[in-house]
Amino acid sequence: MSLLEVRDLKTYFHAKEGIVKAVDGVTFTLEEGEAIALVGESGCGKTTTALSITKLLPKEGHIAGGDVLFNGVDLAKISHEKMRRTRWNDISIVFQGAMNSLNPVMKVGDQIAEVIMLHKGSNYKEAMQKVKKLFELVEINSERMNQYPHEFSGGMKQRAMIAMALACDPKLIIGDEPTTALDVMVQAQILNLLEKLRKEMNMSMILITHDLSVMGETCDKAAIMYAGKIVELGSVEDILEKHVHPYTEKLVHSYPDIYGNREMISSIPGSPPNLLNPPTGCLFHPRCEFAIDECKLTEPVLREISSNHFVACHVRGGLI
Amino acid sequence: MTNVIEANVVSNVIKMKENTSNVIEVKDLKVHFEGSQGFLKDFFSKEKNTVRAVDGIDFVIKKGEIVSLVGESGCGKTTTGKALLRLVHQSDGEILFKGEPILKKDRREMKLFRQKAQMIFQDPYQSLNPRNVIIDIVAEPLTVNGLISSEQEKKERVIEALENAGLKPGERFLYKYPHELSGGQRQRIVIASALILNPEFIVADEPVSMLDASIRADILKLMVEQRDEKGISYLFITHDLSLAWLISDRIAIMYLGKIVEVGDAELIAGSCLHPYSKALVSVMPVPRKIKNRERTILQGETPNPSRIPTGCRFHPRCPVAFDRCKTEEPALKEVGVGHFVACHLV
Amino acid sequence: MVDPNVLQPKPEIKIMGKKDVHLRKYQQIIAIFKSNKIGMFGVSIFVFFGLVALIGPLIFPYDPLQIGSGDEVLQSPDSTHWLGTDDLGRDVFAALISGSRVSLGIGLLATFITMVIGTLIGISSGYIGGKVDTILMRFTEIFLVLPWLPLMLVLAALLGSSIWNIILVIGFTSWSSTARIVRAQTLSVKERQFIERAKAIGANDFYIMYKHVLPNVFPLIFANTILVSAVAILSETSLSFLGMGDASHPSWGMMLHYAFTSGAASVGAYWFLLPPGLCVVGVVLGFTFLGYAFEELFNPKLRRS
Repeated sequence: MSLLEVRDLKTYFHAKEGIVKAVDGVTFTLEEGEAIALVGESGCGKTTTALSITKLLPKEGHIAGGDVLFNGVDLAKISHEKMRRTRWNDISIVFQGAMNSLNPVMKVGDQIAEVIMLHKGSNYKEAMQKVKKLFELVEINSERMNQYPHEFSGGMKQRAMIAMALACDPKLIIGDEPTTALDVMVQAQILNLLEKLRKEMNMSMILITHDLSVMGETCDKAAIMYAGKIVELGSVEDILEKHVHPYTEKLVHSYPDIYGNREMISSIPGSPPNLLNPPTGCLFHPRCEFAIDECKLTEPVLREISSNHFVACHVRGGLI
Repeated sequence: MTNVIEANVVSNVIKMKENTSNVIEVKDLKVHFEGSQGFLKDFFSKEKNTVRAVDGIDFVIKKGEIVSLVGESGCGKTTTGKALLRLVHQSDGEILFKGEPILKKDRREMKLFRQKAQMIFQDPYQSLNPRNVIIDIVAEPLTVNGLISSEQEKKERVIEALENAGLKPGERFLYKYPHELSGGQRQRIVIASALILNPEFIVADEPVSMLDASIRADILKLMVEQRDEKGISYLFITHDLSLAWLISDRIAIMYLGKIVEVGDAELIAGSCLHPYSKALVSVMPVPRKIKNRERTILQGETPNPSRIPTGCRFHPRCPVAFDRCKTEEPALKEVGVGHFVACHLV
Repeated sequence: MVDPNVLQPKPEIKIMGKKDVHLRKYQQIIAIFKSNKIGMFGVSIFVFFGLVALIGPLIFPYDPLQIGSGDEVLQSPDSTHWLGTDDLGRDVFAALISGSRVSLGIGLLATFITMVIGTLIGISSGYIGGKVDTILMRFTEIFLVLPWLPLMLVLAALLGSSIWNIILVIGFTSWSSTARIVRAQTLSVKERQFIERAKAIGANDFYIMYKHVLPNVFPLIFANTILVSAVAILSETSLSFLGMGDASHPSWGMMLHYAFTSGAASVGAYWFLLPPGLCVVGVVLGFTFLGYAFEELFNPKLRRS
């Protein structure tokens, strides 16, 4: 049994003007110890997917369909209380800009201890011992436990947030753009750290990023998302080197490859669709240079074109 | 798609042979800020908390060249860009624009200078006044300098500038507000307004870092086209070495207020020599899976520019530092044609 | 398929001109306003009193200063005098109508002076900074700290009680809090990148302050203006109540002053005491609600929907 099985997940938002289908039929699995990257540009639904799995959606959003099976239990359907216990103990999340969500008037060590006391029921002393171990794990000097957030640098704050996410030894950690806004070198440090932790603790990871070139170093699998759907799913090699979907191809070529030829990167004309009023058929067809009539009529489904490599495309997805 | 870079390299070489005048010359530029230590200390303490954002750098930009200034946050690259346009006060050194020092210019000369040297800003969501319509924003450089005589002329020149920046048809955008446009469109507006004065030099401060990857190419291509067609020189400021490698002729790598290495773009990306440059190149994300990639991940983070280490400022984090590095600051020395490195080991 | 050379703007039916843009803006503003009940209430009060002040005296051209004969003194309301008479036989209703012009007029004019001074000082101080800022702010703090009522009384006593002097006195003593608010907002606007851009294209400081800072600070100023008006009207009422008003142009405050000094309360002449008081309360309430509505309009974070 897989650790996490997301099946046809649909998350919709209620806006004044109508329904926004932020996530519209997302399916993927994650085994224990595996890391998957959810990659896509602004508005593709990757963060909403993460928020759906942890059930932290804002009040305008709700899960409209599908299952989120975590160790066999469907998170989409369990009660509030059960989810609260699952959160952090089994699944934790490091948010985008998490380093800014540290309480500036509380010592960093105390904030992490608070999480441990809340979820595990430990007392302060036990919690602080655990905090010390966590700090060592994320490579922060344990003397800094008694410091305040403003005394931490950006990279250190992010490590502290990772420590907080690991506080209850979760089986799955979700990182929502954990390295955006950090310098290149610090980014490398954090990604390296996540790698190390994953291997040591046999933890699974969902890495959400808009930066395709970041996932190559840390993840096993990747799902490319566009307008709420997965358009291609496969191993990192498949996505980076054997990509098939036209969007994936353009996206991969939007990043300069310093080890390749010095040629201008690609761009995709137009802009992402309005999810209040999406196009018919394949949501990417208005911007796709290979679009045929079929693309305007029916939506393509994810089809396996080679071992564990799935593509949703009429033209290149295998059937036509 | 044509190989834009190849064509550029060829036209560049031709241009450089024709016209090797320096548009920008920077000599020992320093920009220091007085930090505040709090009310009482400011009054009574003799020690000053100086932030040495830019601490003595030299470089030149030739006509039609794109030079990139690459570094992490706190290295001084943005401050350098602003100093070149006199948006920030330089504390020491010399900046020459077409041979003339920019500090000595009087008001009339400054006005002319500002028309010839422009800036493209990083944040397309903050660099446009949200209360103005596009036509006023793009025409502003002209109206502020008293260069338009009629409403009709204003409209025509703005439409021309918008279409040059890739926004066609120009009329559709005239009366829109910035919040009605996407990030990519806004950045084109910024570029249109920078180009409307026909400048000779542009400082582009992280022009694409806040845009989605799939729309960066258009903006970068636009910049390169302007250089090809009109010979505009660029100082391209970025933290992304791969983008710098993509479009520039030369790259200068900055660390804590100083240039540690400068040279031809391909050379820096492929065979740089300074330990910091090498580390940066080794950890740069690439869209391919490289087995057992040798990454030099430095420990710690860039120190605060108000507490710069003695000797070589990189020595505390340098994997190959030795005794001399702690006491003596290395100078930039030439190690190849147009290739300079500041390191005792080179 | 999309031509990669032509960028598509968001779908439009026609090319928008200047007028369409402004029309769309007004429609949005009206929509937001309608959803704010308190604001609408404030608008209605404002409109009501505005109309009273503007056309009241035209519809009811009764002379408030006409002193009545001995037996017309302190008469309760009847068909000739709808709100009765005061201690000198003057018609209360007439006084109320003409008093609205005086009270509102003084309040609004004084507010205008306050806003002009406050904005000028606030923007200059915030944008220019340095020594200018320090000097201007210390100057502002002096006015902030002085108790306004005694200050106003002293100045009114020195200058005399004509309408114009009252307007000047209120205007010159109320600007300090506006200056501080405007300065704070200027400091934050100053850091935004479009200000830097304006400098880069060659604009001088005055141009930037006028064309870039002011429009972005203006919404706040406008909302503040309305609240300041309420305070100005109250200030005038207070001054007049204490006897500093202009007798030839009786305001509501003056009516309250006469009512108080002639002992209307002890005689039970409610028609003399209540109307001006209620009017002042009504106007101030209306302005305050209007001010809240505008604050919500200009600060999207405060909106409840």
